[in-house]
Amino acid sequence: MTKLREFPIAGKYGKYGGKYIPETLVPAINELEDAYEKIRNDSNFKKELDYYLQNYAGRPTPLFFAKNLTEYVGGARIFLKREDLLHGGAHKTNNCLGQCLLAKKMGKKRIIAETGAGQHGVGTAMAAAVLGLKAEIYMGSIDIERQKLNLFRMELLGAKVHSVNSGTKTLKDAINEALRDWITNVKDTYYLIGSVVGPHPYPMMVRDFQSVIGEEIKSQLRNFTKRSPHALICCVGGGSNAMGTFFPFLDDKDVSLYGVEAGGLGIRTGKHSATLNEGSEGILHGMRTYLLQDEFGQINDTHSISAGLDYPGVGPQHVQLKDIERAEYVTCTDNEALDAFFKLSRLEGIIPALEPCHAVSYAMKLAKKMRRDENIIVTLSGRGDKDIDQVIKFRKKYTGRS
Amino acid sequence: MKQKGLICYIMGGYPNPTTCEKIISSIVDGGADIIEIGIPFSDPIADGPVIQEASYRALQNGITPDKCLNLIKRTRKKYPELPIVIMTYTNILQKNGFRKFMEMAKDAGTDGFVLPDMTIEESKEYLEYSKKLELASIFLVAPNTSNLRIRKTLDVSTGFVYVVSVYGTTGMRNSFNEYTLTAIKNIKKLSSNKKNISVGFGISTPHHIKLMSNYGADAVIVGSAIIKMINSNKVSNIIHLQKKLLNYIKSLKTACTNR
Repeated sequence: MTKLREFPIAGKYGKYGGKYIPETLVPAINELEDAYEKIRNDSNFKKELDYYLQNYAGRPTPLFFAKNLTEYVGGARIFLKREDLLHGGAHKTNNCLGQCLLAKKMGKKRIIAETGAGQHGVGTAMAAAVLGLKAEIYMGSIDIERQKLNLFRMELLGAKVHSVNSGTKTLKDAINEALRDWITNVKDTYYLIGSVVGPHPYPMMVRDFQSVIGEEIKSQLRNFTKRSPHALICCVGGGSNAMGTFFPFLDDKDVSLYGVEAGGLGIRTGKHSATLNEGSEGILHGMRTYLLQDEFGQINDTHSISAGLDYPGVGPQHVQLKDIERAEYVTCTDNEALDAFFKLSRLEGIIPALEPCHAVSYAMKLAKKMRRDENIIVTLSGRGDKDIDQVIKFRKKYTGRS
Repeated sequence: MKQKGLICYIMGGYPNPTTCEKIISSIVDGGADIIEIGIPFSDPIADGPVIQEASYRALQNGITPDKCLNLIKRTRKKYPELPIVIMTYTNILQKNGFRKFMEMAKDAGTDGFVLPDMTIEESKEYLEYSKKLELASIFLVAPNTSNLRIRKTLDVSTGFVYVVSVYGTTGMRNSFNEYTLTAIKNIKKLSSNKKNISVGFGISTPHHIKLMSNYGADAVIVGSAIIKMINSNKVSNIIHLQKKLLNYIKSLKTACTNR
């Protein structure tokens, strides 16, 4: 039987993935694929990337036993993989360093990227700065409004930020605009996609650069127990922190995998970003995957309290994992995520980003149903500084308190 | 010398269904040889600002793929011999299933498809039904497409091959670089007259048409310039718009004929 870790095969995860792109991008994508295949097992490249990951970004990040949260919930032991402590404040930096280093090897001087919450934009701006590259970031005007802090951070880091006013003015339109830029400047520009989405080889490459999360979990858990984890829980927007966490465990059948999507205001309201739960097969941003779309194939507006999960598509490998029932994908509403935000802040002294609050919330539900000697790992993909304004606004709305 | 073809793009149902039909009449009367009808898509990555905006507004006005197929049906009735192709993005076909959507398009009177995000590698199902339903599968080639790939694309393209003139999205250009002309010449040579070479993206003037023709284009595609003309017109003054379009298309057609 084919091992799950062997995918993609010919650029596909079962029938998902592939390359649906304008012809102008074909030579650039092929050049990228060749370059990546050359360096992916190159020990010098790995050494150089490891150097930056350790000395610049602060890897390895700790695996923290959340004792207070565990006692509060009263069930399985909950561990937090602290990607919030990574330089930049989120797991995005892993991928940005990997791809910027690759871009440099390819001789590309100009980096473009899209960003939703702004974390990938910040990661790109940082990696570009430290490696001496020029970065331009596309960000939806609505996202700029709700993530002002990250806009300033990107500018401080020397990146040029383009406000995107087309379509829904959020992440998907930022991707559209970045793709248009790439079509126009294909010769000297490197497109640094921030999640496990887009045409092959992006979903594979981003997954590989994020797999350091899962690899570290594997070895760090041995400090606590001889057993493998019983469940891994991650939030899923495009799905990069989840893929990076899951990937090293894909063929360990006794490890349960849970992806938590943004349930927004509730699935029944239609205002959510739960692509794997509520979407259907389609083609967008260069890949065959699941999409939130209407009966005619137009892409829907999505909603989530967290800009980083506000995306109507999802990484194609997640769709494969769902189809074959290797991973389970559940949802968590805005309010449940907020509740987890406050709980984690008070119980553990960690202010998490709203994205992984979705995972924390589900972990609290699941832990209750599990035995006390079982272990759950939650990837805390980012820290919450960027979300403070948003949280204050929501708290006012729902409780009248500020 | 052989007369060059004039292919005109309009956005289905734009600016509204009634005006859109009148626009098609003016364009056909002006001498368009092929009409390309765009089905609006929410995420048109290959399009520049003008067609993006038209796409967005068409969707806001409730234009659906079905409504576009109805427009094709009526156009087909009026012009039984006019070649009509659909330009849209792959997801519009995928959502219904390639087979079902392409059958519906065929029934409405469509002659073929242009899908800017469909690559030859992913085209197995699309080509299967194109062949079965005798619909033209019009693939694109870009200035940076390798000769090996141009040959493959020429092999699977029917109707014509769509040469993307520039690095960039759709939309008017003031001038073209040497690389555009080199690319056209090269593709023309590789096709050795077996396939029609149509050049699009950025073309808006009789001068552009002459330039492309001189380097071997068999036809040109004009899109954003037409949409822009529609946008500059007040909605109430349709007769004025029709006249303007008629004269514009005639001037382009003249450039296709007199060389």
